[in-house]
Amino acid sequence: MIRILHKTDFNFIKHRHLFFMISGLIILSGIISLAIKGVDLGLDFTGGTMMQVTFDKPVSTAELRSVLNAAKADATIQSFSGGTSYEIKVKGTQENVNEKAQEIEAALKNLPGGVTYTKDKQDYVGPVVGHDLAKKALFAIVLSMFCIIVYVAFRFSNPIWGIAGVVGLLHDVFVALTAMSLADREIDLVVVAAFLTIAGYSINDTVVIFDRMRENMRNFPKMPMGELINLSINETLSRTVITTMTVFITVLVLFLFGGSAINNFAFCMLVGTVTGVYSTVALCTPMVYQWEHRGGRRK
Amino acid sequence: MNKLHWKLGTILGLLVLSAWLIYPTVDWYTKTSGERAKLEAVRLRPAHLLNLGLDLRGGTHLLLELDVDKLGKNEKVSDAMSRAIEIIRNRIDQYGVGETPISREGDRWISVDLPGVSNTEEAENLIGKTALLEFHLVDTSDAAQAVLNKVNDMDGSPFDKDGNLVPAVAKIMPKGDILCKASAQDDQRNNYYVLDASVPVTGAYLENARVETDRQFGTPTIAFTFNREGGKIFGRFTGANIGKFLAIVLDGVVHSAPVIHSRIDNSGVIEGQFTMEEARNLAIVLRAGALPAPVHIIEKRVVGPGLGEDSIHKGILSALGAFMLVVLFMMVYYKAGGFIADFALFLNFVFLIAAMSYFNATLTLPGIAGMILSLAMAIDANVLILERMREEIALGKPVPMVIKIGYDKAWSTIIDCHMTTWIASVFLFQFGSGPVKGFAVTLTIGLLISLFTSVFITRAIYEFWLTSNPKELSI
Repeated sequence: MIRILHKTDFNFIKHRHLFFMISGLIILSGIISLAIKGVDLGLDFTGGTMMQVTFDKPVSTAELRSVLNAAKADATIQSFSGGTSYEIKVKGTQENVNEKAQEIEAALKNLPGGVTYTKDKQDYVGPVVGHDLAKKALFAIVLSMFCIIVYVAFRFSNPIWGIAGVVGLLHDVFVALTAMSLADREIDLVVVAAFLTIAGYSINDTVVIFDRMRENMRNFPKMPMGELINLSINETLSRTVITTMTVFITVLVLFLFGGSAINNFAFCMLVGTVTGVYSTVALCTPMVYQWEHRGGRRK
Repeated sequence: MNKLHWKLGTILGLLVLSAWLIYPTVDWYTKTSGERAKLEAVRLRPAHLLNLGLDLRGGTHLLLELDVDKLGKNEKVSDAMSRAIEIIRNRIDQYGVGETPISREGDRWISVDLPGVSNTEEAENLIGKTALLEFHLVDTSDAAQAVLNKVNDMDGSPFDKDGNLVPAVAKIMPKGDILCKASAQDDQRNNYYVLDASVPVTGAYLENARVETDRQFGTPTIAFTFNREGGKIFGRFTGANIGKFLAIVLDGVVHSAPVIHSRIDNSGVIEGQFTMEEARNLAIVLRAGALPAPVHIIEKRVVGPGLGEDSIHKGILSALGAFMLVVLFMMVYYKAGGFIADFALFLNFVFLIAAMSYFNATLTLPGIAGMILSLAMAIDANVLILERMREEIALGKPVPMVIKIGYDKAWSTIIDCHMTTWIASVFLFQFGSGPVKGFAVTLTIGLLISLFTSVFITRAIYEFWLTSNPKELSI
């Protein structure tokens, strides 16, 4: 039998203050980063026009910028693959569907050396749609969190467990958001999907350990809470590590080779899988301990 | 037959059913694009097929908003929406671009997907044109002439940006008249027409419209015929107004205003400076009918064909690669147990594709990601079971007990895991028809199937294997 982890006996509860501190620091740095850099909301939410073009010969960023500036198309540009592919983006409310796109295309005709281009991609998101999508995204996140609290609270007949699970989940989504902010990546609809998946995964890990805690409570009714939680985490640790590893490998491959369309999604998931495990063993369960301990009783 | 036989029979039956459901999809996508186009043209596209999203095959997604402020007073928005959708569908069908999903979104939005179309200008015109054909009498009174003189002397447009007349013109406008632009804008005086506002007959009475070539100049014109009811009204109207000018107005623009020489019963011609293409598209939209109100494009997403191919390659290759790594890991780490889990995973994949084909689901790139995540959930379920079994083995329990306890104890955890992930994914369904919905669809269906394959099927396999009375469990 191959084993990654042999019988472990880490004392997670003893180090809980350290974990709380680490998480506090991460969240603090996240708040600072979000306050200073903010989040880069994608076209889906701000509205605007995006065009991805490939030129038949390399064009420098400076050349491209100068023709776009000359046309007063107030655009941000980003280059892919060796100066032949560019993403040109104009964010902000635009009432008319082809207005900006036509401006950009007119500007591209002025590039020196008779360069021609093919349009790989073009997006236009009108102001109403952007607003609507942002509303729906927020709605999806808030409602799903709420339903998860209700479900976990119901399954473990204890709202504290539900809340602890959701605190862990919010922690993970927040860390993923921070990572997106630090890495200057854009939040679009697909990233919102990634956030929700992270939420689902994070709560999964928590649920597995909670399930074990519930079972151990039945089997060892006299065991002190701290010992019981440590036992439960350690018993499920090899599952936690293996599952996380398989998900991590999968997402890593997507991140490295999946192409630009799902790169942000994969990046988010990479961060989420790691912090998902951390929050479960180091945050959610110690929080339950802290709560039960304060009351001076064991449920 | 005992219980186990039934289980194995169910699995085998489902496998056959899946193969039968998947066959049309495989058959369809192994054809060349030319063959597919031919079959689509004669409507022989299979009824249940896994569709590729626009991000994978290239194409254009348009979201249209019906301008409900311009609806008739007594018209219900929901009725107008269904009519608008039907008319747009008619127009696209006649234009001929193959399978185009058109659906209603929210109160007054219409989503149109045009696969394979990345040059959208023509399609936008075809879909976006209101195509309201109206006939008005031209007002030739002195008062009307005074309005035209005033307008011609003005520098700018006689309309403000909301489309209302500017006050100076509105003041002298004869009662019951409207001002319309002419299609031929030249330096002559007839850039605008003053028309009697009443409309005796509209394009709603049209029976047919087709492109003809003008005998004299060889320019394309559109000939139309009325149905019987329309013909009657039109005949009465023209008969009563011989000698007057009749303006043919399309979407608020006067295309021509010939003199009525005699009573016209059921046919007419729209002349204008059309190109052949324009005339062809105009005939299509006239045949398909007028939209109840104008539509505006509020979202447009175009993926070029090259990018679609590129992302399908990268997406699918990396997904497969990741999949293989996980499969390999399971076999090395859990040996026979891992092999059984892998087999269940394979069935999971087959069932998922079959279900998606049956529901005509659309596979998008985020959809592939959703698929991978649901497969990861299936793996997780098996890891939970196998780890449980290992614990029970460590306690020295006999093999049949190990299996029973492993499954029983892991079950509640597996259910909880699936439920929580499912809750998170279900709220993504509201995101219309876009890529994110693709993610939600594959993840939701995938989770259901994963629950079945990773628990029911693997357990049936273990039970089958137990019938040989094994002494040891290779996990």
